[in-house]
Amino acid sequence: MSRLISERGEHSDLAAMIDWIEPGSRVLDLGCGDGSLLQQLVQRKGVRGMGVDIDPDHLLACAEKGLSVVQRDLNAGLKAFGDQSYDYVIVSQTIHQVRYPDRLVDEVLRVGRYAVVSFPNFGHWALRLGLLVRGRTPKNSLLPYEWYQSPNIHFFTLDDFKDFCAARQVRILKAHYLWDGQVRERLPFPNLLSQGSVVLLGR
Amino acid sequence: MTQSPSPASVGVVQTLSHTLQRALELDCGETLGPITVAYETYGTLRDRGANAVLICHALSGSAHAAGFHGQPGQAPGWWEDAIGPGKAFDTDRYFVISSNVLGGCSGTTGPSSPYPSTGQPYGIHFPVVTIGDMVQVQKALLDALGLDRLLAVAGGSMGGMQALEWALRYPGFVRSALVIASTPRLSAQSIAFNAVARNSILSDEHFAGGDYYGKEIPATGLAIARMIGHITYLSDEAMHAKFGRALRGRSEFSYGFGQEFSVESYLDHQGSKFVERFDANSYLLMTKAMDYFDIAQAWGGGSLAQALARLESRVLVLSFSSDWLFPPYQSVELVDALLANHKDVTYLQIESPAGHDGFLLEVDAEAAILRRFLAATARKEAA
Repeated sequence: MSRLISERGEHSDLAAMIDWIEPGSRVLDLGCGDGSLLQQLVQRKGVRGMGVDIDPDHLLACAEKGLSVVQRDLNAGLKAFGDQSYDYVIVSQTIHQVRYPDRLVDEVLRVGRYAVVSFPNFGHWALRLGLLVRGRTPKNSLLPYEWYQSPNIHFFTLDDFKDFCAARQVRILKAHYLWDGQVRERLPFPNLLSQGSVVLLGR
Repeated sequence: MTQSPSPASVGVVQTLSHTLQRALELDCGETLGPITVAYETYGTLRDRGANAVLICHALSGSAHAAGFHGQPGQAPGWWEDAIGPGKAFDTDRYFVISSNVLGGCSGTTGPSSPYPSTGQPYGIHFPVVTIGDMVQVQKALLDALGLDRLLAVAGGSMGGMQALEWALRYPGFVRSALVIASTPRLSAQSIAFNAVARNSILSDEHFAGGDYYGKEIPATGLAIARMIGHITYLSDEAMHAKFGRALRGRSEFSYGFGQEFSVESYLDHQGSKFVERFDANSYLLMTKAMDYFDIAQAWGGGSLAQALARLESRVLVLSFSSDWLFPPYQSVELVDALLANHKDVTYLQIESPAGHDGFLLEVDAEAAILRRFLAATARKEAA
């Protein structure tokens, strides 16, 4: 579960996430990876953080940073977490990899007051063009896998996600777009031009 | 199963002993004293406990956790793979303390110790001790050694129960609890195995109401109890890999009831080795202490989440995938209750075919997380 990584090697979606999260809040990071986002949130925002991941190597990396982290399969749900027990639940580059994204979003907004979600945009022009011209499942830096090895089991566009939220009474409170390795607050035709998004969701 | 290269050892060590000044009131209501505690230490103590790690042993362990008694080449301490210079519990950095539990039979006051007024062994009259009592004795030892905190308290199996109890009984004293292959309470299945083990001892004709010291000991009963234990420490997969259906010393069935299968002679060997070093009365006490252990009941009026509210330390919970004596789901239950309380918890399940014994055998996987967790805890403590 890799974060959005720009061409300069920066974790582009992290800056927006860090920006949105209120100091001192409780943060649950689902698919927390090596814990670098949580660590920054702890250091810069003084949050009380909890990480969840399934990969033992990620757990080791988090333990090394002194983070709280539990091993768990997100496909098994969030039963252990109480209603509205966190201020923010982060789901970074993970939602397209779980079996039932709809259930996960419901669960995330049960557990957290807000959700911070980032995902790749399958509607990006280069992917559309790749499929049209090459006739093969397109790849880019966010979707780098061969189809048969990909952990990404759902391909959806930014507009798909907006429709999904509208249908489920989930409000998109903020959205930033990844474009050319940068995160932008505004982007024309984001469903065509953005490689991915990071959104702040609430009920 | 991984064999860790263990080049460095704490070397030759001695078991020390300390007698507590005052008698202690036990959970059962009885007062017990004087209590002598057998313990060993490795490494150098800093700042009254800033780098101190208390190691708690499992059912059959002792204070001798690392190094050698006498000359190197003898059997090392029971957790030699994990304790020593550069190992998971790095004795170049940490001051490691290990003591024999109350009611044990390796130096700490237990049923084979003399009753003060008569000089005769306590025997069956030794009070039924709890995990809490064991911890209370360890705390009194640390007080006497001048410690005012522990960087970590760690243990596997029954040792993990003690680590958990420490974090609840003395929340301000403990910076982290490392609960390995353990549980907040035994399942009915595990209690059942303990009950059969106790029955085996109690029904041995030489048990004599626990008053067998200086006479023939209930060796058969204790050996069978140990065999049952060993079955539960392994796993189907581990047994299959280790023994399969192999026969020992023959190629055909004897059509008799002697030991034929390799697994039989393994169990027999484990049983007869055990009776040479362990006291049957202590075995009764240890299994009963585990059966009684239930932190939800003791600290939370039946609620695990409520019990853990009082905890102030970091907690590392480790389980082993094939452990059916202390199954991973029980560790997950503990972790969930810690999560419900927003406690600082880290949980990892180590994939292993080794069963409950995984906590002694999967040294590399275990060391990887223990080392990191301890170092981060030490950093926090120094900050």
